[in-house]
Amino acid sequence: MSETTIERAAKATPPSVARKIRGLSDRAIAWIFVGPSIFLLLAINIFPLIWTINLSFTNFRANRPNREVEYIGLRNYERILTDSDIWLTMQATAHFLFWTIALQVVIGFTLAYLINKKFKGNDLWTTIIVLPMMLSPAVVGNFWTFLYQPQIGLFNYIVSFFTGLEPSSFEMIGSVALAPWAIVIVDTWMWTPFVMLICLAGLRSIPDYIYEAAEIDRASKWRQFWTITVPMVLPFLMLAVLFRGIENFKMFDLVVQLTGGGPGSVTELTSINLKREAFEKWRTGYASAYAIILFVTVFGLASIYVKALNKVKER
Amino acid sequence: MSYSLTEPSKRQKWFAGTLVILYAVVTMIPLAWIFITGFKSPADAISYPPQVIFEPTLEGYVNLFTQRTRQTQEFLEANPPEEWYDEIVRQYDMVIVGPSKFGERFLNSVIIGFGSTFLSVFLGTLAAYAFSRFKVPLADDLLFFILSTRMMPPIAVAIPIFLMYRELGLSDTHLGMILLYTAVNISLAVWLLKGFIDEIPREYEEAALIDGYTRFQAFYKIVLPQAATGIASTAIFCLIFAWNEYAFAVLLTSGTAQTAPPFIPTIIGIGGLDWPAVAAGATLFLLPVMIFTVMLRKHLLRGITFGAVRK
Repeated sequence: MSETTIERAAKATPPSVARKIRGLSDRAIAWIFVGPSIFLLLAINIFPLIWTINLSFTNFRANRPNREVEYIGLRNYERILTDSDIWLTMQATAHFLFWTIALQVVIGFTLAYLINKKFKGNDLWTTIIVLPMMLSPAVVGNFWTFLYQPQIGLFNYIVSFFTGLEPSSFEMIGSVALAPWAIVIVDTWMWTPFVMLICLAGLRSIPDYIYEAAEIDRASKWRQFWTITVPMVLPFLMLAVLFRGIENFKMFDLVVQLTGGGPGSVTELTSINLKREAFEKWRTGYASAYAIILFVTVFGLASIYVKALNKVKER
Repeated sequence: MSYSLTEPSKRQKWFAGTLVILYAVVTMIPLAWIFITGFKSPADAISYPPQVIFEPTLEGYVNLFTQRTRQTQEFLEANPPEEWYDEIVRQYDMVIVGPSKFGERFLNSVIIGFGSTFLSVFLGTLAAYAFSRFKVPLADDLLFFILSTRMMPPIAVAIPIFLMYRELGLSDTHLGMILLYTAVNISLAVWLLKGFIDEIPREYEEAALIDGYTRFQAFYKIVLPQAATGIASTAIFCLIFAWNEYAFAVLLTSGTAQTAPPFIPTIIGIGGLDWPAVAAGATLFLLPVMIFTVMLRKHLLRGITFGAVRK
């Protein structure tokens, strides 16, 4: 076989130089490969984060870029933490978080448990159940407002069909009492499949021989469920709760399309409230401080939760 | 057939199957309703009780793609309808004056979706390979920190990006949205892809290196083909995220680069939202994702749990 020019050159030169001609060093390749991603993340994730921290100490308003910006220390943080409206928002968020997670865990686990019975065609039905979570929350949320219309909406019609209530006698979106539940229902419809998939992965990770051993020891099915199935799926379930928790704490698109935070502000979750402060009232400095507080809260809660999760895993 | 202690009984399977199918049917009702409503006339769409049987019409689709104005009788008589879609519009004494913005917005979704997916998978694969095979200083901390930025509500991230894009002239541009979605997707892409590449034995590359391949050749001739499935499923995740994203789109785009999700809810007809047109738009927008999901279910479902469980 004839030698290439490069190979001939490589033979004639000392090893260190040959290496350069033959190709880049591993270290150089590592940096070339990682570099662009790091650059993009620095420019679009890290730099904006630092900018937000900086803005949070000012009274800057993005709709008046020419006004002089003053540094006002921690006053934004002080205002947020003493603002009673923010606590109302937090309550709405807590209600939303608690009920969506509770319902999704119960329904999602039940579905996973049933699917794991491996009936014929379970694969196809799993896929169908998963469909809602793959779709655009804004587009779907918008259409749900049509289903929720009093009188003409399909949701009200079905409810009235089963309960005998007049379909125009209740408004899921328009009434203060029902709107918080309207968003819980749609979010549960959309995201239960996610919890289901994670639980299914958990159930499938349990080896058969554990059940066989329990069967030989004459443990009842009920006992097997509580001493094998539940503890072994628990880490998975806790993980699903973590993800749903973080996602729903950030919740914006679905709810903004459904209720827009209304009526009044009963469904004004933190993200919607933040959007109002930042892009409607244009209190940029204040909203930045708000964003930092939210970030620290989620990050703190998630870290504590992950510690608890690791303890469960170790058992 | 051998007897198994753990195999569920026939009755259990039947019972489980019935409940799951029941849930699946109920969960499909809203989606089926979107599809059906797209073929209704505005009057049928808002009639009581809700209609399941009706005369299908393409009105919703015609309204979705066109702009119409009302005309006088004389004008209508002087200009007879030319095509079938003209006739549909004529029932309301209207004529089509031009295409609506839906086509453009849909195209924006396609450009931004595929553009950012390509970029995040391309950069993500390179970075994942480096993280997987070389010692990158602080790799774990870096990955964790990058992932944790996803815990921020999009609105919080949007404030400085809004200001930055305004300075750089990137607001409401395709490039701006592609870069933004890439930045959001890349952390997940690297995380997923690193998992796939970790599973490819190093021995293959080492053998190739001894055979005289350069590192780079070993990467694209040995590693890339082996990671193809992983790369494809990562691409699907990135694409679905970019396709469905709403918060950044609604805050950072308003015209030229606006994608379909902020646009569809604003399709107005006579006296409020034009529900058949909204449903038609939603159908066209959601259907590709649904078909994708059913066709690629094996990779997709594994990817969801894999991505979550690894973290």
